[in-house]
Amino acid sequence: MPSYTFTLNGKRVTVEAPADMPLLWVLRDLLHVTGPKYGCGVGACRACTSHLDGDEIQPCVVPVADCADREVTTIEGLADGDRLHPVQQAWLDCDVAQCGFCQPGQIMATAALLKKTPRPTDADIDGIENVCRCGTYARIREAIKKAAANS
Amino acid sequence: MARQLSRPSGPSRLSRRQFVVYSLAATTLTVAAPLGCDAATAEGAEKAAGPDGERGPSDVLVTGTDAEMLVLEVTPANKVVVRLPRVEVGQGVTTAVAMMIAEELDARLVDVDIPLADARSKGNQFTGGSSSVSSLYGPARQLAATARAKLVTAAARRWRVPARTLRTRGTRVYGPDGRSATFGSLTRSAAPITRPAVPSTPKPASKHRVIGRPTTRIDARDIITGKAKYTGDLTAAGAKPTVVARPPTLGGKIVSVDDAAARAMPGVHAVVRFDGGVAVVAETFHHAFQARDALRVKWAPGPLANLSDAQIRSRLRAAVPKLGTPPRGSAQTEAEFEFAFVSHAPMEVLTAVADVRDGRAEIWFSSQTPQSAREEIASLIGVPAAKVRVHVLRGGGSFGRRLNHDAAIEAAVISKKARRPVKLMWSRSDDIRHGRMRPASHHHIRASHARGRVVAFAHATAQVSESSGERGLSAQGGSRAPAAAPLPSDSGLYNFGRLSGDSGSIDLAVPLGAWRSVDSGTVRTAEEIVVDEIARSLGKDPVAFRRTTLRSKTVKAVLDKVATAGKWGRTMPRGHGQGVAVHEEYGSCVACLVEIDAVDPKNPRVTKVVMAADVGTAVNPRGLQAQLMGTAVDGISTVLLAGLHIDKGAVRESSFADFHYARGRHSPLHFEAHIMPSRRDPGGAGELGVPAASGAVANAYARATGRKPRRFPLNF
Repeated sequence: MPSYTFTLNGKRVTVEAPADMPLLWVLRDLLHVTGPKYGCGVGACRACTSHLDGDEIQPCVVPVADCADREVTTIEGLADGDRLHPVQQAWLDCDVAQCGFCQPGQIMATAALLKKTPRPTDADIDGIENVCRCGTYARIREAIKKAAANS
Repeated sequence: MARQLSRPSGPSRLSRRQFVVYSLAATTLTVAAPLGCDAATAEGAEKAAGPDGERGPSDVLVTGTDAEMLVLEVTPANKVVVRLPRVEVGQGVTTAVAMMIAEELDARLVDVDIPLADARSKGNQFTGGSSSVSSLYGPARQLAATARAKLVTAAARRWRVPARTLRTRGTRVYGPDGRSATFGSLTRSAAPITRPAVPSTPKPASKHRVIGRPTTRIDARDIITGKAKYTGDLTAAGAKPTVVARPPTLGGKIVSVDDAAARAMPGVHAVVRFDGGVAVVAETFHHAFQARDALRVKWAPGPLANLSDAQIRSRLRAAVPKLGTPPRGSAQTEAEFEFAFVSHAPMEVLTAVADVRDGRAEIWFSSQTPQSAREEIASLIGVPAAKVRVHVLRGGGSFGRRLNHDAAIEAAVISKKARRPVKLMWSRSDDIRHGRMRPASHHHIRASHARGRVVAFAHATAQVSESSGERGLSAQGGSRAPAAAPLPSDSGLYNFGRLSGDSGSIDLAVPLGAWRSVDSGTVRTAEEIVVDEIARSLGKDPVAFRRTTLRSKTVKAVLDKVATAGKWGRTMPRGHGQGVAVHEEYGSCVACLVEIDAVDPKNPRVTKVVMAADVGTAVNPRGLQAQLMGTAVDGISTVLLAGLHIDKGAVRESSFADFHYARGRHSPLHFEAHIMPSRRDPGGAGELGVPAASGAVANAYARATGRKPRRFPLNF
């Protein structure tokens, strides 16, 4: 079985996995990093959204081989120790979450958006495809604007 | 843990709104309140009637267990722990209960822990019907008020001061001289106190400082840091990832299985055939999915293989009972409506961990009905219920889906057959193509009016009901959705003269389940559309017409609120429109005003939603607003976008790519929810908003486009 080394939330990790194994299952089943959630397995719901070299990815459709020697960040690695990332803080301030299952993905998608577009318009925010079945979108929008204003 | 119960303390005269509380013999302060509609006594209670026939403060001796109780324990570490016999699926029940407890104990919210209780053998452990807060509001507050009285008494004894001079704040008791003690430091001495020296009556609403204050969820930080654990995140029992190959059609059966290739694949631990399909147990979900795809299964078509939407719709139409004769001389406003099947599609797919070995079972999953899950699993795997332990996990959404325990039953069966612990996960495609659905329905509504007034209102429906003949219990399991019920609502909201309703059904072998707001989501939505159409035919404004015909002042008040806050009647650009609707249920009522941009009727956008609700006391207004926000998106989704097609006995959709539940770009740019002030005890709220939001979206669409909305979702 091939072995892959990458940086996960600031630490180097090595896993033995088939080349086509989606990063999501490498994270969840081999490394027990469970913040990224399975919601569809086809990149449609985006509950697993994480970052690869700072860009948004859906780990359910990214093979582990594509991550070799690169930097993977999941929701667990977004905060600076106990200091929340501005997007997480905005999520807390706006009490966005209901069931919470999609929110790690929503937060990671927003963090990636704000990096490229620090002052997003409503149209930019509408471009986020992540599904929230509890329907928290209005608070997500509010939190994104708050995070943008604070960072 | 079974404990001996001793005498109760609590209010000296029990009225309907007062709840008896028991002390549990334990080394730490542990008190318990029975749960249930009118359950004032626990099993084993000996009631001694007072001279006037009423129960007194210390005349109940209890020798039962705490199985059916809400139990509060103050730990030496200064934590207040209440093991909740309900499930948290995002509706915020744990936060609401923590607030009730913190309020009456004068504890800091952060010191209150609300773990979810395992399945119990008796008592009320049902999460549904928007009943959690209303069923817990009395017992939880009485419980905490009793604990507080005992802690104060313990401090008074320790400090040798009169108990009435003590105050409580921040999980501490304070003396008149400023000294203080944590609850945790008093819990052992408070435990044996049976007659507190201060009253244990809950505070009047005017003294509430926690209840009614907008409060952030107690689990918010865990969620946003990825720490919140759902069933799939568990490593319990070393259970291995498990997925199932399911038939292409609903209820299809296995003819033959060639699993040689799958078994030979790396990381595969077991392949198990059962009624629902073929399960693969593997080292990771990747290995499990790959092996599942390598199975060669021949399937016999399911019982509906010749049935598609067109036939289902025509059979439903034919099953709608005939309406009676309208009043002589009246004019008619008449409409028929169709609603498609809708998936619950909670973000967390059904997942269950099961360890069934050696004549016993241990199950972990998110369940609204863990007691019946326990009994069904016991009977299915052939062990006594006492040998089945069900742990209730937080759920990633539910919307009614977790009333049924399909995945837990399958996981138990697979674990037993594989003789190893399994972590079964339904794929999203499994969930949408084989999961439960809100039944499709057809509605015929006729309003009769004469001299500018509605004199009769008739509503007949037919909906799909789940036939029992074709589906084995182990194929889907769980409690069946009730057959078509009598109409829950017949627009008794309005002064509409003679009301009548009737319902029919067609039996189909499809998996159905109660979907947030159940029948009201279709029945009341259709009615609110007709109310607008009556107003139009009478030449009246929809808000003005409702205001003159609604019976209840509280409903009129929420309608007025949204009309004012939402600027009802403001000039809208061409292709845009406003719509309103109201609903009353669960002892609560709600109004919704929607603005829609339907310049492109195929791609409408709800731009603004204003809601107002009167739910009695709103324990957590921020949580209530969140629930209303969710129902607004449910309304947008089910009216405009999201439904399931049946093609030759199979569900066409298979993921969020084709089941079009609303995304951010479909949700309103502006949302506001107003909570009406009230000191009534809480009513229900979780499902309340769905019919009003759905009706308002449909009415706004109608006013923006000039079209009559008849078939939902409109863009399907």
